[in-house]
This record gives sequence, structure tokens and C-alpha cells, in this order.
Amino acid sequence: MKPSRGFAGPEQKSISPSVMLSLKDKDCPVIRKLLASGCCGRCVLRFCCVGKYSAYQQSCEDLRKELLVFLSEHDGEQSHDASGEAEAGDPPCKKVKLESSEPSSGENASVEGESEPSGVCVACVGVLQDFCGQTYAKQVSEAVRKGDYQFESLMLAVSLPAQLSVREHSCWLHIKKEVREKSMYLDKEDVVQVKDAFKWAVQGLVGKELGATVLTNSAFEVSVGFVHPETDGDCHFLATECPDCFKPTKNKASVFTRMAVVKALEKISESKFLRHYPCPPVSPSSTCTPLQTTCLHTSVFIAGRYNKFSRELPQTPWVIDGERRMEGSVEELIADPLLAAFKADGFNFCSSGREDVDVRTLGNGRPFAIELLNPHRAKFNKAEIRQLQETINTASDKIRVRDLQIVTREATSRMKVGEEEKTKSYSALIWTQKPITSADLDFLENIKELKIDQKTPLRVLHRRPLAVRQRLIHSMSASYLDTHHFTLQLRTQAGTYIKEFVHGDFGRTKPNLGALMETEADILELDVESVDVDWPPAVPE
Amino acid sequence: MEETRERAPSVIDRYYTRWYKTDMKGRSCEDHCILQHSNRICIITLAESHPILQQGRKIKSIDYRISDGCSRLNNKVSGKSKRGGQFLTEFAPLCRITCTDDTEYTIFSCIRGRLLEVNEDILKHPDLLLEKPSTDGYIAVILPKLEESKTVTKDLLTREQYEDVVSKRSTQVQESL
Ligand SMILES: [Zn+2]
Repeated sequence: MKPSRGFAGPEQKSISPSVMLSLKDKDCPVIRKLLASGCCGRCVLRFCCVGKYSAYQQSCEDLRKELLVFLSEHDGEQSHDASGEAEAGDPPCKKVKLESSEPSSGENASVEGESEPSGVCVACVGVLQDFCGQTYAKQVSEAVRKGDYQFESLMLAVSLPAQLSVREHSCWLHIKKEVREKSMYLDKEDVVQVKDAFKWAVQGLVGKELGATVLTNSAFEVSVGFVHPETDGDCHFLATECPDCFKPTKNKASVFTRMAVVKALEKISESKFLRHYPCPPVSPSSTCTPLQTTCLHTSVFIAGRYNKFSRELPQTPWVIDGERRMEGSVEELIADPLLAAFKADGFNFCSSGREDVDVRTLGNGRPFAIELLNPHRAKFNKAEIRQLQETINTASDKIRVRDLQIVTREATSRMKVGEEEKTKSYSALIWTQKPITSADLDFLENIKELKIDQKTPLRVLHRRPLAVRQRLIHSMSASYLDTHHFTLQLRTQAGTYIKEFVHGDFGRTKPNLGALMETEADILELDVESVDVDWPPAVPE
Repeated sequence: MEETRERAPSVIDRYYTRWYKTDMKGRSCEDHCILQHSNRICIITLAESHPILQQGRKIKSIDYRISDGCSRLNNKVSGKSKRGGQFLTEFAPLCRITCTDDTEYTIFSCIRGRLLEVNEDILKHPDLLLEKPSTDGYIAVILPKLEESKTVTKDLLTREQYEDVVSKRSTQVQESL
């Protein structure tokens, strides 16, 4: 990643082009060749490896004029440069080319008012000609405003047609010799990328328009993109030459992804490339088309603990064969107010274990975390979060939430760390076929660290692998209710299936409570009393 | 034994539907009971009217090796999709049970589906089959195909129809006496 960059202020017009554009004498042959080939001013700067952002922020016309002034100023010196003259040798040719090129067609030319008389650039197919000005910046900003996001900073993402890499390669081969004469250390990687030149030119304008800082890394991403169907065919010869770079993938519409094209260009030999592709590239007749501007805010993560007081509430929506079995769910009761407040597009809910529909979760509650997707508002202070918690809690008496807080994505993993080793406490209402004696209850209380082997319960076997898992019942205590009923308190290793431990699941949990007590046992009610995971941290009331 | 207080619905009552196949393969009274969980998993058990469970009989042996080449004990499933499990049709034998009086009975799958597990506990403790035929003494667990989960039981009897068959049987016996 590039370091975060600021913006150079407007430059003084009086400064000479060489200072203004940070060009060197030895750039002349490169400039000449590129202009003659039909490159726009910004692309010329790119191939001259100019890294000064402000150079890209002038209008295309001004830039072009300055380049021409720069060339004419250096004409005298150039003549001394034998190699440059010999290679370039084409001022007349350039003239012919410039004059013969069609004027930039299409509405963007007139809208932007900064298109060049030389037509659409062979290298950037218009991206750096027609979409680097105020008009496009305004267009992008308008789209962002329509998204109704709250943000202080933004980052700009640009997607370009894959064939720009082919055109870039062709241009590079065209001027490689001249560039190397300027400095033998310069390589294709030193050429400023279209993407970067575009950002340097336009992101300041967008930031100013929206009153936001533009950073290389921001939670709020504004994506723009361009397509150019006219030149899509540029890539096709690569598929024949490097077929192994273009394997069809499931989720991509075309095999010609930018990555695949770049890979193929690295593999293909110079001579092979030149046999199949013109150097320099052919001038396109139309400029590129901008894609719709899209915005994406990175997810916000909210954590807390919940109690579930209902025996008729699933944790997640209960849908069988596309039909809803039960109204409501824990995750919806928690997420709906959050979605509304954060104006998020969706959410992912996750928790430290889960309880069945008919199980309550009491005590301190069960840790959970919610990922809010693409929130349009992401900043909330502690008081506002407390208010949200209050909203959730007053909306339903089936659940209650505490310790609600904004957390980082990384922190949510702490909810799952050591989940298997954690202890969970339960309270169960037990029925036994035989009448209960106090000796039975004493017997249970004397059992410590009982190892049990649980086959995957039949009730979940349809969706989980068949296995035998060893679990620990740390301790039990029982309180007598009537002849056939008692309350059993259990402290167990997380992941123990309590219901199956009690009724035995057709003898598939061994030992089970029925076997221990030498009777048939059943579980009528179950409550989770505590989930001993010390995350998220408590929030003082 | 003391009659227990009216108990709440049992695990089977709460989560399973009882289906029956009577006189399996035309063999009189060889009734099977199939417990289908709401998640479509089926447990194959002996119906209470099965001859093995009558008149204080004892079991000599239970054998899941149904032919020279095939033993249900070799059944292994792996992963969520239960790869590798033997696929059974209605009349696939699951095991043979020999009583101490040398009568032999074959227990059948009764439904189409993938065999998930057989009950090895009854090999060590055959009495489980007699004492708890509908729970710990089950014969096998079978997972019907998802798309067949509703139709696999269409040729089986409901609890009501089964009780009807059994009561008619006893009247016939009484009449013949
Ligand atoms: Zn260009």
C-alpha cells in the first residue's frame, strides 16, 4: 500500500513546464513518441514516471500545451542529443498524426470541455482525458450524496477495463528504448499506473466536493469504474497464446480479468506480443463509459450478552421447507433496531454456542456479536449505544440485552477462543419413572468430573457428522420437587448435549442420567444459567 | 410395580412419529415399528407385538452379518452428507435374531434410506432388546433421502391402523379357540 498522501496546492502558472511537470531533458524523445502515438497528456506524464500529483491536476488542454511548450523549449538541446533525435525523428509524423486524428467524439468531450483535439487516448481510452475534471468529480459526489452515508473520510477505488493493461504493455514496448536511455534503471513498474494518475487528478476534487478527507485507507470506499466495449477484443489473442492463464471460474462473467491479463502479459515474450498486437495501440473511436458509482462502508461489529426468557423463541429464524415455523427470533429482536439505527444493509449474527427453541438463557446471558453490513451511519457514542440497548429491551420481554458495545472485527474472535473448554451451567427440570429418594439425589451430588460419551444426537444427526464425543459433567446438584420430579443443576463442559445426557437418546449417550439412576429419566425444561466466556467486557451501567 | 403418576409426553411422543409395518414379508406377526424424527431420521425397532417380545422368550444371538459378503457392522458414514453409508431399500435385511428356542427372525429396513448406524449395544446385551425395544434396544438408524422424506412412510401403517390390525388379530385368535 502507498503511504497516505496530501494534496499539493495549486501551482503558479509562471513556473516553467519542466518544473511544473517535473520533466527532464531526456524525457523529450518519450514525450514526442507518445504524443505522436495518440497518448493524452496525463499518459505522457505517466510514462515519464512523473510522481508529482499536482502535475496531473491541470486540465488536459493546459497539460498538452505545456508539453508542447516543453518540447519546443528543448528542441535546440534535443538536436544535440543524437540518439533522441534519431529515435524520435518524427515531429513531422507527429504533426500528421495529430491533425489526422478525429476530434474526441461523444458527449463527455463537450461536457468535460477538456478533451484533446487528438482524439481518444490510445493508452487510457479516455479515462484520464474525460473523467479527471470537475464535471466527473461532481457526478461522483452526487452519487455518494444520494447514498446518504455519514463519513469523515473516504477512499477511492477505481476499476478499469482489463485491456488497458494490454494497451499499457504495447505503449511501454513502444518507448522502452527511449525510457532506458533516460535511465537504465527505469522499468515498466516505474510507470505511473492509470489508476494512480486518475486518483491524483480527481480524488482531491471529490473530497473537496464532499467535505471529506481522502485517504488511501478509509472505512468508507467510493468505487468508480469504466468500461470500453470497443476495445474488449484487445485481450483475446492472449487466451490463444497463454491459455493456462484464462481458466474459467465460477463467479466471473469473463475469463479476461485484470489479474489474468496481467499474468499473461508477464509470461508472453516481446516478439510474440508484437506479432499479435499493434505497437503503439490503435486509436479508439470512442471514449470509455463510466460505471455507476457505488459506496461501501466496512462492517461495524456490535457485541453484548443476551438473556432469552421464552421457550417459544428460536435463536435464529426457524424456517423449514421455505416456511416459517415460529414468529421472531433472538437475532432479529436484537438486530432489527441496530439495522435501523446504523442504516445497515444486512447483518451476520454469531454467539458463543446457542440454545434450543425451548431453552431459556438466564443469568449473565450469552455473549453474541453482530456484524452490520454496509452501515450508512457508523459513529455512535456510548450514550447512544446505551439508548439502543434500551430500545431493544423495551421492544420485547422475550429477551434482554446487556453490555452492548461497538467492538473490532478482531475482538469478536475472542468469543470463540477456547469455547470448547469453557464451562456452562444449566438448570433442568427432570422426571423419573421411579419415585425419587434423597439417596438418589445425594448420589448425583457425589458425582464429580463424570466423563460421558455422546454420539451425535439424533435430533441434529441429519445435518452433522456422526461421531462420538467425550464431554465432562463437572458437577451436579439436585433439589427435590415431588415424587417424580426434581431440579438438576449441572456444570458441564461446553458442547455437552444436556437433553441427551438426561434421556439417553436411545442409549447413545453413555452413561446418561437414566442409566445412573437406574430408571427412565426425561427432561421437561432446560435453562442455561451461565455461559462462562469473559467477553465482551462488562459495560458499567 | 407402582403405577407412575400420569406422565408428560415422552421423548418419542414429543419428537417422533410412530409408523408400523405388520406381518413383514408375509410372516405372521413380525411387526416392525419405525420412529421418524421431525428431522426425517428413522429409527428401526421391533413393534411390541413382534414374536420375539412375546411369552418371556430369550435371545440367543443377534447377527448383523446378513450374508457372506455383507455385514451391517461394516457400515461407516463420514461427513455431514454421511458418505459411504449403505443404501437400503424397504426389504433390505438389517439383522437376524435367533431365540433360545432356535426360532430365527430377520429384521428389515422397512424404508428406503442410507444406513447411519446399527445398535452394537444389543450384541453385548441382547436383553436390551427385550427390556427397552423402542429405545435403547433399537435395531438401526436410517436417513431417508431429503426428497423422499415425506414419501418413505407411505406404505406404512399409522399407530391407529396398527392398533386396529393387532386387535383384529387377537379377536381372530379368540374366535379360532
Ligand atoms: Zn491517456
